[in-house]
Amino acid sequence: MVTIQKYIRAKSLEEAYEQNQKRSSCIIGGMLWIKMQSRRIPTVIDLCDLGLDKIEENEEEFSIGAMVSLRQLELHEGLNEYTHGAVRNAVKDIVGVQFRNLATAGGSIWGRFGFSDVLTIFLVMDTYVELFHGGVIPLSEFVNRKQDRDILVRIIVKKTAGCFAYLSVRNQSTDFPVLACAAACVEGEYRLTVGARPARAMLLLDEEKLLHGGLDPDSVKAFARWASNRIPTGSNLRGSAEYRTRLVRVLTERLLKKLKEEQEWKSV
Amino acid sequence: MEHRKYNAINRSVPKKDARQLLLGKPVYVDDITGNALVVKLLRSPHANAMILEINSSAARKVPGVVDIYTWEDVPQQRFAIAGQTYPEPSPYDRLILDRHVRFAGDVVAIVAAEDEKAALKAMKLIKVKYEVLDAILDFHESKDSKILVHPEKDWFPPVDVGGDAGRNLVASETGGDGDIDAVMADCEEVLDHAYHMKSFNQAMMETFRTYTGFDRYGRLHVISSTQIVFHVRRILSRALGIPKSRIRVEKPRIGGGFGAKQTAVCEVYPAFVTLKTGRPAKLIFTRKESQIAGSPRHEMEVRVRLGAGKDGHIRGLDLYTLSNTGAYGEHGPTTVGLSGHKSIPLYTGGLEAFRFGFDVVYTNTMAAGAYRGYGATQGIFALESAVNELAEKLGIDPTVIREKNMLREGMKMPAYYGETANACALDRCMARCRELFHWDEKYPVREMGDGKVRAAGVAMAMQGSCISNVDVGSATVKLADDGTFNLIIGAADMGTGCDTILAQMVAECMDCSVDDVAVFGADTDASPYDSGSYASSTTYITGKAVELACAQLKTKLCAIAAGMLGCSPEEMCFEDGRVRRINTDQSVSLAEISVKEQVANDIAAVATASHSSPVSPPPYMVGMVEIELDRYTGVVKILDYVAVVDCGIAINPALARIQTEGGIVQGIGHTLFENITYDRTGRPIESGFMQYKIPTRLDMGHLRVEFENSYEPTGPFGAKSIGEIVINTPAPAIAHAIYRATGVWHRELPITPEKILMSMSEKDAEL
Amino acid sequence: MEVCIKVNGRMITEQIEPDLLLIDFLRRHGCFSVKRGCETANCGLCTVLMDEIPVLSCSVLAARADGHKVETLEGLQKEAEDFIGFIAAQGADQCGFCNPGFVMNTIALLRENLEPTDDEIRAYLAGNLCRCSGYEGQLRGIRNYLNSREKKGDIDGTQEI
Repeated sequence: MVTIQKYIRAKSLEEAYEQNQKRSSCIIGGMLWIKMQSRRIPTVIDLCDLGLDKIEENEEEFSIGAMVSLRQLELHEGLNEYTHGAVRNAVKDIVGVQFRNLATAGGSIWGRFGFSDVLTIFLVMDTYVELFHGGVIPLSEFVNRKQDRDILVRIIVKKTAGCFAYLSVRNQSTDFPVLACAAACVEGEYRLTVGARPARAMLLLDEEKLLHGGLDPDSVKAFARWASNRIPTGSNLRGSAEYRTRLVRVLTERLLKKLKEEQEWKSV
Repeated sequence: MEHRKYNAINRSVPKKDARQLLLGKPVYVDDITGNALVVKLLRSPHANAMILEINSSAARKVPGVVDIYTWEDVPQQRFAIAGQTYPEPSPYDRLILDRHVRFAGDVVAIVAAEDEKAALKAMKLIKVKYEVLDAILDFHESKDSKILVHPEKDWFPPVDVGGDAGRNLVASETGGDGDIDAVMADCEEVLDHAYHMKSFNQAMMETFRTYTGFDRYGRLHVISSTQIVFHVRRILSRALGIPKSRIRVEKPRIGGGFGAKQTAVCEVYPAFVTLKTGRPAKLIFTRKESQIAGSPRHEMEVRVRLGAGKDGHIRGLDLYTLSNTGAYGEHGPTTVGLSGHKSIPLYTGGLEAFRFGFDVVYTNTMAAGAYRGYGATQGIFALESAVNELAEKLGIDPTVIREKNMLREGMKMPAYYGETANACALDRCMARCRELFHWDEKYPVREMGDGKVRAAGVAMAMQGSCISNVDVGSATVKLADDGTFNLIIGAADMGTGCDTILAQMVAECMDCSVDDVAVFGADTDASPYDSGSYASSTTYITGKAVELACAQLKTKLCAIAAGMLGCSPEEMCFEDGRVRRINTDQSVSLAEISVKEQVANDIAAVATASHSSPVSPPPYMVGMVEIELDRYTGVVKILDYVAVVDCGIAINPALARIQTEGGIVQGIGHTLFENITYDRTGRPIESGFMQYKIPTRLDMGHLRVEFENSYEPTGPFGAKSIGEIVINTPAPAIAHAIYRATGVWHRELPITPEKILMSMSEKDAEL
Repeated sequence: MEVCIKVNGRMITEQIEPDLLLIDFLRRHGCFSVKRGCETANCGLCTVLMDEIPVLSCSVLAARADGHKVETLEGLQKEAEDFIGFIAAQGADQCGFCNPGFVMNTIALLRENLEPTDDEIRAYLAGNLCRCSGYEGQLRGIRNYLNSREKKGDIDGTQEI
């Protein structure tokens, strides 16, 4: 049970940032993770009044406020049309609707949690994070940075033309994933992200150009085998490293097959 | 004997409390008990340790803390917290607070404070010095180990069940019938495997909780989420050293039990605080506490030696169960017997000999308790799996092999205390299940593409109805002053709806509507004695007591009516809800009788009956499951589960159906998802629903349940029980289907996707 | 600190501690239907509607709810009455401890989706755990309710099976 001494409802990002520089402060999103910890947080800062709970879409990009809920991501028509339902697939198995109404996109991305389906799907897209102090940087760079006292304001996804797919394996339908995977073909370049390894999502590009000639049964098999050798896995309560490595191969193959179906559907 | 047509029996009436529950009315312990001290328990982080010193001086200074108690403050009389009839087969191996803590989670100190924050703050400030001892964590290593879980001199068993704390033994026995060794030696096929079912948590939605205070007579008043009000009274009396007459125990609505609350898990702590402080106290377990220090299923390893002919005739069964009772012995001696006695009789049809032996051992893990099935679940997982293995080995359809060997109505059961199966529709359950499930189409393994495979499995099960010659059920039926009735029982409705079905029985006997029967339940002051809601005894035993009480009440009503008409009671009969003078058109209504009862009357219009049974007639069922298994990930999806149940007759078919569906889903949970594990030092890893995964509604596929009736002559309206049997088929049926899909027999639960995938060779699993 | 929360149509202003959870705030104000079943946001028993959206009150600070509208089952009795008879007819209420959260989330589902399929019902309610009923009876009850709305007739709640 978390204990809190002071609650600040920030009236501006400037105020939030200033308050957050103190070591005794913590920004709360959905608060789901924080609430479970048995720690003392002197001051929490709430961004809920700053209008960050909207997804804005124009021709170039999606602009997702940090306080947008996972449920909003799940239901957003534009985002799911762009990703062929991959964003919905990434979040729909997370605990329940009520949980997803509280958990925030910003909290998931900022937390860079190992188990995060959200991080896994966003990392495979052309995603940027807008930090209050640090400006706009690619997610692929942000994902490896250490947590600091900046504030994640927005998540920006560029609408670069592509196909996307998401798959996970879970021991029970709404449990944490044993492995979370996303694949994409963006402007002809293939990408794979693998999360819940149990470590956080990592991005793998087609460095050996195995998919250079397109997706066919042999190239798909080859890439999947190569990826399973390249992605480091570990063991925890939910699974062993060996099991996860086998899953990397299986899910990669299945994801690429899904991409192929998407490509064929689009070309019709 | 056939069932006749009933008015109120075999009717799906909604539960009497349904509206109150569905509208969220305040009817549970924490809703109806007001201001009370908050009680919190400090727990040992060590699996086995002696407390050298506890320093609570800093903790006491926290504002709002009222008191803190340690081993130095409590009575030194050992007791058991098991909900069993006295004298309990359970060893008296507990103190309220012991210097020796025996599992990670065992209670070290009791904190009483004005509010929760103060209590939690104080807990962090209590300084405990432990001498950490070596721990026994593996139940295989427990018997005759040098490490003793209970080395204390004052450990004692009220009843000799073959226990010996000096050997870490809580109970031990061997028995059988026929010459098992000769039969086995003569069998063409002998299978020999051990099946391991881990400990599992009931995970009822309402955690353990108890409120204690003083009533208007200054007695200890206990309002608890419990299945066993009378046993709790006795347990508290012994533990606290106060007379039973100074204790009143009652239960309001309870948020589920499944056996967890057949043990006095938390009552003694707030009771102690109330006695010490003179103030009301309330202890509400967190989910974590319910998970790590509850009263879970006994981990059991059942070794099955099965001897059969090549034609599938099962001739000999030799079972040995090693049961892990954890740090305390509560239900250790009693659960183990069912692993053999409520599995082996299923094969009475062909059996020539059997042997069943067991040892129940202590370990430094969570103390086990009562969980639906109570040992039968573990034994049936083992035996049904073994029979499936035999069927597959011999190439005989597993339903056919069962039909060849199964118990049938009229057979005497040597493995079931010599009882005769007077009501047994197991054969019809099997036939109907085959039909409903489309067994012939679903049994063959079907490739679905992309590594997905559909397969089916089957299992049958039995249980008992009450503990014969032990359980007592009682009922008081009273004519209320408008001609309706009050039913007062001591059995505990924990959500199952027993309040309602017992009211249905009164309605049937007294020719009234179910709405005309008001039910009052489970209060040691007001209820007639009842062992409590466990052992599947409520319908069968308490129900029979209801029937008997109604019969007695009718006699009294006739006597009162006779007085009103100026004739003798022998001229009167109870008919269609009135009392009639035979061969005349004179009759008296119940409303009129109730008016008479209140004026110049010396015949009370109330009757109480108690009932016990010398037999425990088993219910039976067959379960079939269809799964889709992904050979490339190991993930199993339940598609379809069909169950056909013989519970005699379902007093309330809707409730009986829900019992079955609920039990099946719990069974799916312990087969595929749920797990209780410990780290190297004996600390529990699963500490709540985030790690202990019970099935959601996405995990159970589609369930279909039907009933096949039989007529049990000793049961009310021919009924038997249904409460526990329902959890017994999923584990063996699903394990069977997994074998069909993968070629691998899994003999340990849970069967996770990883276990499935890794058990298949790389080649099999290659895309 | 002071909060002002509209609970079931009634404005409640109170001095609270910053870490008071919404569930405890609500129970303190007589909303006993809101139940606690876990500490890890897994069970759904504590479901309430905040600004008409189903959320877990165990994971929301009362301070976050300041200035917002919260509804519990105490305030939605009429809407619940509409379909609970069908759940009761199945016997699927059982111990009842999961009922309020389940009913609240079903109300949210039916407001969002007037004609959900069985799969949609299951998915929406996935975060509501139940240990007694096996879930199938709850689904039958909702399905019977939806069918009754179509037929615009009455279904006899006490069917002989």
